[in-house]
Amino acid sequence: MSAPADSVSPGSARAARYFIYGALLVFALVYLTPLYVMLTTSLKSLDEIRGGDMMALPVAPSLDAWFRAWGEACIGVTCGGIKGYFWNSLKMVVPAVAISTLLGALNGYVLTKWRFPGHKIVFGMMLFACFIPFQAVLIPMARVLGILGMSNSTAGLVLVHVIYGLGFTTLFFRNYYEAFPDELIKSAMIDGAGFFRIFWRILLPSSGPIIVVTVIYQFTNIWNDFLFGVSFASGEGAPMTVALNNLVSSSTGVKEYNVDMAAAVIAALPTLFVYIVAGRYFVRGLMAGAVKG
Amino acid sequence: MAFLEIRNLVRKAGAVEILKGINIDLEKGGFLVLVGPSGCGKSTLLNAIAGLQQPTSGEIIINGQVVNDLHPAKRDIAMVFQSYALYPNMTVEENIGFALEMRGMPKTERAEAIRGVAKTLQIEHLLTRRPAQLSGGQRQRVAMGRALVRKPQVFLFDEPLSNLDAKLRVEVRAEIKRLHQTTHATIVYVTHDQIEAMTLATKIVVMKEGIIQQVGSPSDIYNRPANTFVADFMGSPAMNMLPGHIDGGMVHLTGGTRLPLPGTVSAAPAQGTEVLLGIRPEAVTDRSLADPSAKHLIDIEAPVELTEPTGSDMFLILRHGGEALTARVRAEVAVEAGQMISVALNLDKAVLFEKGTGQRIA
Ligand SMILES: Nc1ncnc2c1ncn2[C@@H]1O[C@H](COP(=O)(O)OP(=O)(O)OP(=O)(O)O)[C@@H](O)[C@H]1O
Ligand SMILES: [Mg+2]
Repeated sequence: MSAPADSVSPGSARAARYFIYGALLVFALVYLTPLYVMLTTSLKSLDEIRGGDMMALPVAPSLDAWFRAWGEACIGVTCGGIKGYFWNSLKMVVPAVAISTLLGALNGYVLTKWRFPGHKIVFGMMLFACFIPFQAVLIPMARVLGILGMSNSTAGLVLVHVIYGLGFTTLFFRNYYEAFPDELIKSAMIDGAGFFRIFWRILLPSSGPIIVVTVIYQFTNIWNDFLFGVSFASGEGAPMTVALNNLVSSSTGVKEYNVDMAAAVIAALPTLFVYIVAGRYFVRGLMAGAVKG
Repeated sequence: MAFLEIRNLVRKAGAVEILKGINIDLEKGGFLVLVGPSGCGKSTLLNAIAGLQQPTSGEIIINGQVVNDLHPAKRDIAMVFQSYALYPNMTVEENIGFALEMRGMPKTERAEAIRGVAKTLQIEHLLTRRPAQLSGGQRQRVAMGRALVRKPQVFLFDEPLSNLDAKLRVEVRAEIKRLHQTTHATIVYVTHDQIEAMTLATKIVVMKEGIIQQVGSPSDIYNRPANTFVADFMGSPAMNMLPGHIDGGMVHLTGGTRLPLPGTVSAAPAQGTEVLLGIRPEAVTDRSLADPSAKHLIDIEAPVELTEPTGSDMFLILRHGGEALTARVRAEVAVEAGQMISVALNLDKAVLFEKGTGQRIA
């Protein structure tokens, strides 16, 4: 496309650019304000919070609240901080993301390269699963977990998240593999590679961008999930989000805003980490999917 | 017994018959070229031989063994695809060695085999690159290397040159021919380029809509096409088709010209039979270019409608008896559109088709 060079003077183009950057800056500040408040509050003492201005920088920054949130804060009746729940979440999210991503890739592979009669119906039903609201599956899911003897366990939560995420991961991989040339699969078959060998050696190594997209998507969803966590795990086995809620909403004693804020930031750190590490691939992967359809 | 035999092969997709009873024999070391217009089932046939698509009925026999139920990897074949199908995540070396690795060949042996093939194809300097870092011609070579390294019983090529530019295509074509002559490999090669077919094949199969039209040597196909479809498909510019009928053992063209029977016809067809006289442009020439040993050279006069100089010689579109007639003359012949020219028809090279059925009259 050619730029409409003659209709815009250099002066007005520059003015437009200043306006755009200015607007972006304002929006960025608006979005960053809560983070700013959270961070500064977590570094203040309780006295300072009660007496001072919410937007002010801490007078004597200290990490006390962070250590309290991590190791001493009272959640429910126990006062061991959020660290146990943080690990609960990690123990849930890592296997759940890994398994749902791998199964999604396998499903996508079968649905595009090893088509069987009725593959469209199967895919349609998996797509349908993406649109079922969480609330609708709570009771049946609780029943299934009960029958399997997995209620109130991290393994149970992993199972729930894998099942719920499978529709999405399958959709991602199916669309990605749809554009993957069939001739490569044929060639590998002639070369003597079997079903799994083709998957491991040829398809998966070429799936970098879509793996990143799926991992980010699944990680944020599962890590941030509250409803499944609060429904299927309780007490010591609860994930981070549930613990955070219990911490913030506990009604006994003094309200420790600095501890609450520190805990909230800790809870958000892993998703932030995943975005920063994999984020640049995220956009790339989305674009690749968009073009290849 | 033939090395590769295909018996009554039928393939249906739903209710549609894509291959309608294919029979082919190919001797060991033969170079079979499948030609035909787009969509006639060439790739389908090749995929069936490779085992990538199951035929609905019929048999495929390689070296005396029915391979219908054998997995593609067990058929001892190698296939070169139109898109080359190089594994994007592997280096050239890994690409070529993949099949050997799958067979469990030890690493040192594998490296040696890869080096040998790379040397033959002159791609040794590319071994550590990935397919994305190669030009089209280099990718083509790697694809060939991947096939060669396995030393298969049969090579299958599906339009391997169609993604190359014109010049490279001629080069690689010559290379494939050389490769065939030195390795004596048995090859089935799909193309819709009739020049590729003529230059490479020891045997050509012309297909149309899932039916074999003719099987024969390149010269058979070119000089004695079984029907008007084959005659029209092979050769460029296409064979001239002049309508007429048989009258007193002579061909009486619609324009009024009376010609003796072509040399390829042994017995005169019945009086009044409607026919088409097929004659290739190079058999319609100026006297000085005509084959001096030809038995039947008939001169005719016709007006020139169009001249098409190609550099080496010149094609003239003449008008004869209301029909267009393409002639090939020397580039030096001084003639312009609108002038009359005298050309000699070499009837030794002409063929006669029955008008209704389109079949050649022998
Ligand atoms: N899965 C399918 N279902 C229905 N028809 C099919 C299917 N696959 C191929 N065909 C049809 O079979 C016919 C033969 O296809 P094929 O790919 O063998 O043609 P081809 O001779 O290789 O053509 P080209 O020169 O264009 O490669 C085509 O008419 C095509 O539309
Ligand atoms: Mg084809």
